[in-house]
Amino acid sequence: MQVSRFLRNTILIELFVPILLLTVGIYHGLMQVIYRAGVIHQSSVAKLDYYQGLTLHGVINAVVLTTFFAVAFGHATIAFYLKKEPNKKATALSMWLMVIGTLLAAAAMLAGKASVLYTFYPPLKAHPAFYIGTAMLIIGSWVAFFDWVTIYLKWKKENPETNTPLAIIGTLVNFTIWFVCTTAVAYEVLVLLVPWSLGHTPTVNVPLARTLFWFFGHALVYFWLLPSYIMFYTMLPKLAGGKLYSATAGRIAFFIFLLLSIPIGVHHQFGDPSIGRGVKLSQSLLTFGVALPSFITAFTLAASLEYAARKRGATGLYNWIWKLPFFRKDVFLFGYLINGLILFIFGGLTGLVLASYSLNNVVHNTAFIPGHFHMTVAGPVFLAILGMSIFLLQQLTGKKIFLPTINAIVPYLWTVGVIIFSSGLMWGGLMGEPRRTNLGLTYLNPASDQYHPYWVISSMLGLAGGGIMFVAGFLYFISFFGTLFSKRSTEPLLDLPESEPLHEEKRIPVLDTFKPWLAIMALIIFLTYLPAISDALNNTGKKAPPYLPTDPTPVVQKK
Amino acid sequence: MIDVFERRIILVSILVMGLFILAIFYAMGARKADVTECLPYDKTYETARVEQLDKTTYQIFYVARMWNFEPSVAYIPVGSEVDLFVTSNDVVHGFNVYNKNVNLMAVPGGVTKTTVRFDQPGVYKVVCHEYCGTGHQNMQAEIIVNYPKKQ
Ligand code: HEM
Ligand SMILES: [Cu+2]
Ligand SMILES: [Cu+2]
Repeated sequence: MQVSRFLRNTILIELFVPILLLTVGIYHGLMQVIYRAGVIHQSSVAKLDYYQGLTLHGVINAVVLTTFFAVAFGHATIAFYLKKEPNKKATALSMWLMVIGTLLAAAAMLAGKASVLYTFYPPLKAHPAFYIGTAMLIIGSWVAFFDWVTIYLKWKKENPETNTPLAIIGTLVNFTIWFVCTTAVAYEVLVLLVPWSLGHTPTVNVPLARTLFWFFGHALVYFWLLPSYIMFYTMLPKLAGGKLYSATAGRIAFFIFLLLSIPIGVHHQFGDPSIGRGVKLSQSLLTFGVALPSFITAFTLAASLEYAARKRGATGLYNWIWKLPFFRKDVFLFGYLINGLILFIFGGLTGLVLASYSLNNVVHNTAFIPGHFHMTVAGPVFLAILGMSIFLLQQLTGKKIFLPTINAIVPYLWTVGVIIFSSGLMWGGLMGEPRRTNLGLTYLNPASDQYHPYWVISSMLGLAGGGIMFVAGFLYFISFFGTLFSKRSTEPLLDLPESEPLHEEKRIPVLDTFKPWLAIMALIIFLTYLPAISDALNNTGKKAPPYLPTDPTPVVQKK
Repeated sequence: MIDVFERRIILVSILVMGLFILAIFYAMGARKADVTECLPYDKTYETARVEQLDKTTYQIFYVARMWNFEPSVAYIPVGSEVDLFVTSNDVVHGFNVYNKNVNLMAVPGGVTKTTVRFDQPGVYKVVCHEYCGTGHQNMQAEIIVNYPKKQ
């Protein structure tokens, strides 16, 4: 279909800004493995401190890139499936809020005034611009969402008996989760932290702030993941040359995500004080519930792929796999998605390990954690973002992909890198190697009396895998920016691959409405988080004044 | 509406999940593996100290601060059971004992507690594994389990 110039440009800017910043994020990813393997024993390189760079890495890769992409992809999905373009004013406002917010936060981080990592746990204090910038980014994404809701409601009124397209269900579920979970972090940031960082309030309740953060923080990972799920269900079968085994399964999966993405955030706080064991155990168990849609998805996708391969003439119990269109530059998106899925098998299973209550004690906050989540957020999430970004870039500009062969092998190279990288980090984690630590200064510095030779080999594996990931990222940038700066060869258009369902599927009314699901969602969140918040309020003995990361004495408040 | 294969896979997934959950309860019950106890905070946790309750039972009260733990070295005889209490005097820190499944957060205004047995002599390193500022990578302590005992 044709899209207006305005919408095309908005989407392109929303893809371009984060991918430009991603160059910094990927650069520092490489630096992190170099520091951590003890190749260098320095606190900073090229004026960029380890923890400052790690903050940039986390914020850019995991928050800026993912949020911008979700909004850009949401615009494309809404326009494509509902055949209505989003409102101009809302779309522009949303984009500007996100761009300006990101610039503010980036300035604070690059100035070295916000080296607090992307979780910004108080009482470490960042410059107010960091908090305000992040809040603007989030609020910008809300504006786009509110506009989509009005478009959807209008569409539904005109088409009451038509099943809402699966991609639209996915997008709306995703942004509903996002809106609900970000209200907690917006409260944390705007009500607790901004006045405190400006010196208006002297102290902050740290366990409460952490609980509010993780109300947001786990749902955040589903906000990263659901755009990939939308692609897996609505595009992957088509790209493979087949049909979607069951669209009903997709609907069920999305609605389970809606119910269970948020009320499990305490599984990041098993080691925290103030929160009772009952709250922790119940949220651990609910986490297993949210694994269910992923199991369903794994089955449905495997069945769809098998169908596609057999349609291409494959035989045999397992041999059909080789009939899938791997390494094909004309269907490069297939490569990005399938590699993401392969990584997600391991990412998902290690996630279940981490969610298992006391088992978490073995590896909490060790290198196991980044080992795990580079197979989720830097796996299916990141690869789907890269693949779809260059796909949309090519269509919306009407340009040809620069170096298409390179673009087609990027996801494979990346995946090999991540597998090696994550094996190293997870192995190190099992031996107690801490995360978020410049190991090269002490634990992996033979000159230090804290030298810890056990972690040499594991961190070297991290370096090897990280190096391969860096090369893959670098090749992607060449392909992406090369495409962007090449000459237009056809008319711009928007044409998303659209899988048909394998079986004729009837419209099931409960799977085509949000109201009952929203009510159950609210109830579960209320039941799980009321005790968590009340624990954090009641068991906390004192509040904390702000600290700068460089100074063990609290920031003195101006009177 | 849902086909047989799909129904089967949903059933199997639920069963597998049930098995995992049973394993969690088994670990809690038979293996006494649990997360930190939830205690209300009071000021006494801010004084770092080692206390001996009886011949084989000790309590260590850790205070984490930028960028060290107090007590930085604690001596414990082999075979003792030790209650560890951890809090922080400034920002959030981590508390991970090498080779033991002790994994706690040190949070200002809160206290975490776990119990651990030391049956093997040795030097057990404690590492701060939550980012706590520019000196984070320096932050560690030791629990020395010695036999025969002496400080
Ligand atoms: C060249 C590619 C990459 C390399 C070598 C790399 C390496 C690393 C390493 C070693 C850490 C742990 C640092 C520490 O805990 O001290 C880390 C953290 C992290 N990475 Fe990556 N990474 C890469 C790409 C990505 C991508 C693409 C994403 C997400 C889309 C990502 C998201 C994160 C996040 C969220 C953290 C946690 C930051 C924190 O603990 O505050 N990384 N990365
Ligand atoms: Cu989580
Ligand atoms: Cu520390």
